[in-house]
Amino acid sequence: MKISSYLKTRWQLQSGVVFLLVILLLLACLASVFWGVKDISGHKILTLLLFHHNEQSLLSSIVDKRIVRMAFGLLCGAALGVAGVLMQSVTRNPLADPSILGINTGASFFVVCGIAFFKISTAGQYVIVAFIGALVAAGLVFGIVALGKRLDALTLLLAGTGVSMMFSSLVTIVILVKQEAMDQFRFWQVGSLGSASVMGIKVFVPLFLLSLILAVACAPGLDALMLGSEVAQSLGVNAVLISLTACLAGIALCATATALAGPIAFIGLLATHFTRLIFGSEVKKVLPLSALVGALFLTSADVIGRLVSDTAEISVGIITALVGAPVLIFLARRMKVRAL
Amino acid sequence: MKNEITIEKIFAARHRRQTSRRVKLGFLLVILLILSSCALLYGQTIYSVSEVWQVLGGKFVAGASFTILELRLPRLLAALLAGMSFGIAGLVFQTLLRNPLANPDILGISSGSSCAVVICILVFHTSQTVRIIAAVGAGIGTVLLLFGLSNQRSLATTRLVIIGLGLQAFYNAVISYFTVNGDQRDLPEALRCLNGSLDGISLNQLPLLDGALLLLVPVIFYFGQRIQLLNLGEEVARSLGVNVGQTKIILLATTVILTALATAVTGPIAFVSFLAGPLTNKIMGQTGNNALAAGIFGACLVIAADLVGQYAFVYRFPVGVITGLIGAPYLILQLIHLSKRGAG
Repeated sequence: MKISSYLKTRWQLQSGVVFLLVILLLLACLASVFWGVKDISGHKILTLLLFHHNEQSLLSSIVDKRIVRMAFGLLCGAALGVAGVLMQSVTRNPLADPSILGINTGASFFVVCGIAFFKISTAGQYVIVAFIGALVAAGLVFGIVALGKRLDALTLLLAGTGVSMMFSSLVTIVILVKQEAMDQFRFWQVGSLGSASVMGIKVFVPLFLLSLILAVACAPGLDALMLGSEVAQSLGVNAVLISLTACLAGIALCATATALAGPIAFIGLLATHFTRLIFGSEVKKVLPLSALVGALFLTSADVIGRLVSDTAEISVGIITALVGAPVLIFLARRMKVRAL
Repeated sequence: MKNEITIEKIFAARHRRQTSRRVKLGFLLVILLILSSCALLYGQTIYSVSEVWQVLGGKFVAGASFTILELRLPRLLAALLAGMSFGIAGLVFQTLLRNPLANPDILGISSGSSCAVVICILVFHTSQTVRIIAAVGAGIGTVLLLFGLSNQRSLATTRLVIIGLGLQAFYNAVISYFTVNGDQRDLPEALRCLNGSLDGISLNQLPLLDGALLLLVPVIFYFGQRIQLLNLGEEVARSLGVNVGQTKIILLATTVILTALATAVTGPIAFVSFLAGPLTNKIMGQTGNNALAAGIFGACLVIAADLVGQYAFVYRFPVGVITGLIGAPYLILQLIHLSKRGAG
């Protein structure tokens, strides 16, 4: 009796929070269209969208741009949120964010090479190049960890840091050799939604859906894996296949977001931990909710970045890192990690 | 009895060890001397030994005087001083935290200093002196934050390193904010300070670092005697009469000041402190006071990397990029080694 009433209250609480999150997300979306360097009132936007949608005015072009940007932010946030859940479940490490694992820097290096040597410019090319880079970096990090005997939190993080430092040295070299690539790269590198384009979204959506399907398909297996690989095996889960698929989906999501927006750190970490705090650790549940929370965080960060300063907006990548780094420190303080 | 341990044998072994340490130290010094002369002789134009000697002796030699006194000598001295500072800092950190991976780079202390320097350059347009003070302040502040947040009396490392990584991420975000929004004209200067570079260093930037080294190295050397006792474990050191807390605080404070000063002058030269610590211990052996050797090793590393960066390729690369390329794979090797050994 007590348990059932407890479950009922918990269920009520959780559905309440989901409702609240959806409302907040809607508000953030509206804010990201209304607010910016030039504030536009809701009334104007409504009349514009409903009655004058063929009109070519300054106002309508601003609104168009902002809507594209908002959609792009939602996609990126959701993708990074899901990627965070996948990476954390696969590595069974609560601190595994794609940015900490060096995956972003790997993608950066390949993108800067693409810009400098192959003159890449379209969204599709960015995505392919970044995906290869992310795969290489992830392969390196996991390879390093696999060479050792234990998979503990610190080895994974330091392997990520080492790989990331190596790639950033290489990035510096490429920039110094090819000065003209510097400008294109410098703005890409901070991670901003300002580069949103319809083309980018068109590339993003199918990749996002594909990876999401893979991730959802992996979720039960990942839940079983959380109990340990022996238990998972006895439950009939192919641990290697599930881990590989989940990893690939996570890398694809993170690489796409990185390719189109630039490296945005810590969204995966923030979204996953926030979701786990309220909804427990079941991957099936955390996966969609983390996407929701990721989208909410990224959109809000973008709005905040635009509102803070009149002259120059602060890129989302910077805001998420400023918020995410203290959270990482907080988590490290709470964690009972084994000493290296 | 063949294997009987007598006091004579112990003394003899000790004597042998000391001699071999002296030989190795001398060897390092010779390498440093050779590298330094290369740095003075070699360049766009190659001068003869006698020309360099005359210039250093105070005579005016047409052409050579300017190149050597204004360009090569400051560069060499900066490399020497910064390398020594980073090398010593690496060894001290590694010993105090009892972990070969712990060093000012990974713990975010260098990031803190360079963040302060970048803000000084891009926002406040301050003079060199203010930059140095800010760098030292930020370095010490970061260390305090690090230990305050890690919330442990003993300097256990896992949490410390993760918190260091977090701080580093935070500083990097601040740095990228200012480099994106900063004045374009100040940007090259700021980027120079971020990558670790010896370009454009003049003699008047050096006295502070020079003085600090002269002042602090004896302190570190004196307390470094106790490092070898600390290596035996804190309890053992305490029972041998070492004031562990005081030693740690003084050593940390001095090394942080050194690192921050060097960072303010040359920027963070990646991985020098990380490479110098373990490699010096490998060369010199674990026993004994390796602080001086680590300093010399660090200086050798920076001068050699700078020579490679300047002349080995078609493009000139800042020294930090070269040391980064050497250091990152070494970090990875160390990691594999550590996790294979299991115990860490």
